[in-house]
Amino acid sequence: MSVELASNLGVVPGAEETNNSPLVVRGMTVSYGQKPVVFSVDMTVQEGAMTAIIGPNGAGKSTLLKAALGIVRPLAGHALVFGKSLKHQRHRIAYVPQRASVDWDFPTRVIDVVLMGLYRELGLLRRVRQVHLDKVTACLERVGMVDFADRQIGQLSGGQQQRVFLARALAQGADLYLLDEPFAGVDAATEKAIISVLKGLREEGKTVVAVHHDLSTVHEYFDRVFMINTRKIAEGSVAAAFTSENLDKAYGGRLATGQIDQLALTAS
Amino acid sequence: MLWDALSLQLGYNATLVTIGACFLGVAAGVTGTFLFLRKRALVSDAISHATLPGVGLAFMIMVYFGGDGRNLPGLLLGSAISAGLGLLCVSWLTRRTRLAEDAAIGSVLSVFFGFGIVLLTIIQTMSSGRAAGLESFLLGSTAGMLWNDAMVIAGGGAATLVLVLLLRRPMGLVAFDPEFAAASGVDVARIDLAIMGLAMAVTVVGLKIVGLILIVAMLIIPPVTARFWTDRTDRVALISGLCGGVAAWVGAAISAIAPALPTGPIIVLVSFAMFAVSLFLAPNRGVLAAVLRHGRFQRRVHLRQGLLALAQGQPIYESYTLRLLRRAGLALPDGVPTEAGKARAAKALRDEKRWELIRADQSFESAAALYDGLREIETVLTADQIDEIDLRMGGPKGVVA
Repeated sequence: MSVELASNLGVVPGAEETNNSPLVVRGMTVSYGQKPVVFSVDMTVQEGAMTAIIGPNGAGKSTLLKAALGIVRPLAGHALVFGKSLKHQRHRIAYVPQRASVDWDFPTRVIDVVLMGLYRELGLLRRVRQVHLDKVTACLERVGMVDFADRQIGQLSGGQQQRVFLARALAQGADLYLLDEPFAGVDAATEKAIISVLKGLREEGKTVVAVHHDLSTVHEYFDRVFMINTRKIAEGSVAAAFTSENLDKAYGGRLATGQIDQLALTAS
Repeated sequence: MLWDALSLQLGYNATLVTIGACFLGVAAGVTGTFLFLRKRALVSDAISHATLPGVGLAFMIMVYFGGDGRNLPGLLLGSAISAGLGLLCVSWLTRRTRLAEDAAIGSVLSVFFGFGIVLLTIIQTMSSGRAAGLESFLLGSTAGMLWNDAMVIAGGGAATLVLVLLLRRPMGLVAFDPEFAAASGVDVARIDLAIMGLAMAVTVVGLKIVGLILIVAMLIIPPVTARFWTDRTDRVALISGLCGGVAAWVGAAISAIAPALPTGPIIVLVSFAMFAVSLFLAPNRGVLAAVLRHGRFQRRVHLRQGLLALAQGQPIYESYTLRLLRRAGLALPDGVPTEAGKARAAKALRDEKRWELIRADQSFESAAALYDGLREIETVLTADQIDEIDLRMGGPKGVVA
């Protein structure tokens, strides 16, 4: 077995282990039952960049994120966050789950949801003080939701819900932001608000990774792409990796050739 | 008589029982809140039925070693062990097999309960007389309760309550968004186990008073009742604890003056009374409020549509709309607007156009979110803002309604 193949399968710890990249995934395999959803995937996220994870439905985009975060237990493989194991680096990660994953009739207000972002700080018993409320209000301000702080979350529109989730991630005060389909089912105003917040994070030197569906905005929003269809298809800058060949490989026959050409054109 | 019982004037023993029950009720209400919010309310049914074999076996073991089979701490320990086993069975079946949780609950519940009934029957034929009182674990009874028993119940309830308060933040987080909780480093499986474990503690402690068949009601009805009154997790827990405490207090008091009545069912009925009142009368989520709100809303919609029709010179087809307009003095019986009607209609049309602009403009987003087709624009924007909108519309400035 060649060394190259071995490191692809995640058996040999390569030189990357000493790498300080915000997120390194090695040999990650996750399966539901007997069917692997993510198979032996390596990923190296570049610091200070915005990366889109793209691929067709059911290609394992969300699962890859969840496995990297330890939400889903992988069959094989591991993730390193800023060069160390996840356990000691949780405070440097913020996560925005899919909006549809929670019950929005839950008895809680917008401000309470954002306060959840301070959980690591507050712990079991520390009282919520004015400092914390100020912090939370600042996060709501950043996503333009400060007027909604006292609303019950069920009264929000889809886009507003998504922005509350983003505010909660901001409250986590992390260096690496992982977002699962932040633009799914939101209005244009929200999409604009979210992307400007994310670009603001990049300017502060933070790293952003988002599962993304809309291929037409990849070029405009992101610096890098990670293409996956159970296996890794491509990884790199938008110019280098967002090509028609790679799209064809990732999506198979699911995208019309004309569509792919058009996307690749906007990309180049 | 009932008043004497409620105000703890029926003697030492009854007082003790009432206070013990009250502690238990508060603990059950608060613990049940998190079970309810995690959408695992039915698990408590499996837990409670799974206590029965433990009660039977503990009795047999204690008698075998020559002790008093009815020693409460001993029986509770037995029931805790068998309830824990039942809980493990449910979670194992749900995780490791393709069985859905409801099916797992149903199987575990019935098998454990059946086994428990067999044990009780054996005990009765084995040692007639000595087993007296064991059946009270089915429906609960406060008759003949000892000081020690009451202390065990009050102490257990208080300890559970303290643990719930300690863990309320991670439990709330896991109930709302388990994925985010896991990403924040919360051990979701362990918190789930804590929620179930605390429910089990309440169940075991409450067996003697409420009985295993109905203890479920003490865990579920109070949080469901509380949910009608508030939209905040901490307040749901608080109100739920209050409801549970009051129901247990009243239930224990009633059963103190009528010892023949089983305590559990009475507590459940008192709980249900509070639930029924909340269901109908709660200000936002109650049925009555919903009906009134709907009626009011319908009237406003008809009135608004009527006004818009008048403004655009369209005929009004619906008799209800016309009736509302007439009653408000805005239209004549033949559908012709009065002077007041004309003014209101013109304003309605102008507001409609203003709203259109507001909703298209992102800088008015929080105002636009309040749009429901009916809201008066003056309640959302300042006079200056309305002037600005009017300026942009190119219409006449500052027209009064």
